Amino acid sequence: MTVNMTKGQAISLQKNDGGTLTAVRMGLGWQAAPRRGLFGTRTREIDLDASAVLFADKQPVDVVFFRHLVSDDGSVRHTGDNLVGGVGQGGDDEAILVDLQRLPVHIDQLVFTVNSFTGQTFQEVQNAFCRLVDETNGQELARYTLDGGGAYTAQIMAKVHRAGSGWQMTALGTAANGRTFQDLMPSILPHL
Amino acid sequence: MTAELVRGQNHPLTQTRLEIRVSAGKPVVAGATLSDEQGTVQGAEWVVHPGSPTLPGLEVSKQAAADHRLAVDLGVLPETVHRVSVLLALPVGVGGPVCFGAVAAPFVAVTGLDGSEVASYTITGLDAESAVVALELYRRQGAWKVRAIGQGYAGGLAELLSDQGLTGAAGQLAQAINDAVTQGLARSVAAPPPRTSDETRVRTASPGAGATGAGGSGAQGGPGMAQPPAGSPDAALSAGSVSPMDPRSAASGAQPAPGGGGAPSPGGPVNYTHPRRQTAAPPPPPPTATPAGSGQPVQPVAGDATGWSMEERLYNQVWGMFEDLARTAAAYRSAVDFADSRMEQELDKALSDPRSRIGGTGDAARAAARAKHAQLVDQAREVLDRDIAQLRAEADVVEPALPPAYARWDNPVWHAYRAPTEIPMALRLGDLHLPERTDLRIPMLVRLPLERGLWIDSGRSSSATTSFADSGQLRRLAMDAAVAHAARLIAAYPAGEFTVHVIDAAGSGAGPLAPLVAAGVLDGPPAVGAAGVSGVFAKLTQRVDLVQMAIRSGATDALPPDLDTAQQLLIVNDFPGGFDDRAVTQLRYLADEGPDVGVHLMLVADREDAAAYGPLLDPLWRSLLRLTPVPDDHLADPWVGHAWTYEPPLVPPGSQVLHDVMNQVAAARRPWNR
Repeated sequence: MTVNMTKGQAISLQKNDGGTLTAVRMGLGWQAAPRRGLFGTRTREIDLDASAVLFADKQPVDVVFFRHLVSDDGSVRHTGDNLVGGVGQGGDDEAILVDLQRLPVHIDQLVFTVNSFTGQTFQEVQNAFCRLVDETNGQELARYTLDGGGAYTAQIMAKVHRAGSGWQMTALGTAANGRTFQDLMPSILPHL
Repeated sequence: MTAELVRGQNHPLTQTRLEIRVSAGKPVVAGATLSDEQGTVQGAEWVVHPGSPTLPGLEVSKQAAADHRLAVDLGVLPETVHRVSVLLALPVGVGGPVCFGAVAAPFVAVTGLDGSEVASYTITGLDAESAVVALELYRRQGAWKVRAIGQGYAGGLAELLSDQGLTGAAGQLAQAINDAVTQGLARSVAAPPPRTSDETRVRTASPGAGATGAGGSGAQGGPGMAQPPAGSPDAALSAGSVSPMDPRSAASGAQPAPGGGGAPSPGGPVNYTHPRRQTAAPPPPPPTATPAGSGQPVQPVAGDATGWSMEERLYNQVWGMFEDLARTAAAYRSAVDFADSRMEQELDKALSDPRSRIGGTGDAARAAARAKHAQLVDQAREVLDRDIAQLRAEADVVEPALPPAYARWDNPVWHAYRAPTEIPMALRLGDLHLPERTDLRIPMLVRLPLERGLWIDSGRSSSATTSFADSGQLRRLAMDAAVAHAARLIAAYPAGEFTVHVIDAAGSGAGPLAPLVAAGVLDGPPAVGAAGVSGVFAKLTQRVDLVQMAIRSGATDALPPDLDTAQQLLIVNDFPGGFDDRAVTQLRYLADEGPDVGVHLMLVADREDAAAYGPLLDPLWRSLLRLTPVPDDHLADPWVGHAWTYEPPLVPPGSQVLHDVMNQVAAARRPWNR
């Protein structure tokens, strides 16, 4: 069962059998869009970066991105920087693994963002998606497609936040501009 | 320039005629599937395998083999083919391994026809899978690229092929492939002889050259001395700062063993082993924790980590515990910091709110803020206690299982000490703990041979525990610690492969040095006075120079026969007493150049004593790993940077263990007449 999410939609991360999730993976995949013109074969490489910011009561506490691959507490891990994107196979080019059970008790929100490090706008990216996978069984829980592709260089994808004893995910899909997550902080704060 | 791919990475291909080399350590089946733009394999005729080894542009071996060369000509593939997936599978029913977890990680390289490597990929992380898609070559806007895949299938070839779109015929085809392979094996003259482990092959190549030309690195090529795993954190542990892994460490570890990898002795068999892959024999399976009942934490077992030997597993387990403790403490501290700052804000708010000045509302707000703080801190403490209890249970089983080089002096394993035949991969330099739980001590293991010199600080540190000790007492303690470290190093190396020199210019270290002197495990009596200092330096400087020259020119067998090939350790007590400028310069030369050629330094010094040199010696101090003779919190972990309290590995008071062990070493050395 995969939920194709639209902007602002929230889903609860309860398993079908009522148990709560223990580990999720946020996957990001993309493809460089071919350029039209005389030198059509000369694809420019596009480097998108996935980041996760950990918040405690709206205060950023830690961040996981390509220069800090593991959160200090070890619960959030980035699998490594991919500089060129995929080849359209639909696989994850970058992934962030979150062990929900080991997140420190004061962390109540996680925000996932995507930035274009090389500066191309999303107009030049194809098949970009962000998805949430139950890491224990590989089942896709939610998929959010970076539709359209506007003239902006970053997107705030989704947030995962505590709801009662479990966790909930809300798709955000807000466009922003910036090279790394730091530039996005002003755009993230209204969503907390 | 070879691109070493990681899983998922791609690399452009400039040539269309290529060779794909596979090396797996055990016989494997190699094949390839062709697929169209949608990634679907159109039918069984689009699969190249031992039963049908050729298609236009592709050829694979008809047999299972440990090494393969697949010929590929991308230019003659049909236009409809957009992807070539190279697959490997373990043959079924021939008595070989049944899953890739039991064989060495397969290595795949894409090379040009001239043998130049374009890209390579080591398929790691496989476990129960018996078939794997290693690489794919794919067409992308008219050009070809290679991508590292590493997708394994526990269901074998059938599952792999059906995943590629051959849903109907997959099982049949997989059977046909396997039949072809078993027939191929039956046709061959004899089953391939069992692969000897690489270490024995290294040995067959080294006699002759190895004895005279080991040049201090002889022990490094020894069996059991695995390369540090990539990103191994041990080199990053440094005094107060996190330094990237010293590239020299890799260099020293990978030094060509004379006669082995460097210059093969004439007539001897050539060593074809992968220099970074030490053994091809599958390791015995690690002990696994028994599954616990629901709700109960898993019972830890010693050696529950990856590695080729129990020693390596324990090393990895200890480092895993180290990281876990660092991270769980980071989570706790972060939560407490947050609770503190939130409470402060809320108290400030309550104070500045004019309404709170009348009646009890202010008190109520303050009480609420404190209750919120206490609740969060309690929660965080609960998580910390749970994690620490788990680590405690693990430490309780790991500590007694440690080999001597990893064990504390009070571990009974030292009573059964016998001189080892090969050097251990690491040595315990002491214990580390955090203030959150001072009785949970993590062994501080560093890789051998030492990559940096040691500095036993005999000066006063900021730590409160040292305030009572006067300067003379501290110096004595520092020398005791130095002797405890040196004895460990001597005991860790095989007999005759570790030589210790001592410079004790003022003779003040005679008391602590007595056990080493009495047992006769030093190279000679401790050197005293200026003449003694210069004598020792002349010898060691010449040795470093000679070995360096020999290694640079690849003439390790030209070293003088009287050169001591053992690793050397120089202990300097009360530096810089008795040193002139020339001796200081020589010491710095040894500190910089020595570790690569097996000459190590242990300085027992108070930095204040060398204050006259000003900042000139700062690089020397920084290049050494600072250890203290009393507990002191000056070491940082490489992940989070907590300050860890270091405790030296002192011999328990009144214990004879150090004497006994040194006598064992001396006895083991006698047959070698050292």
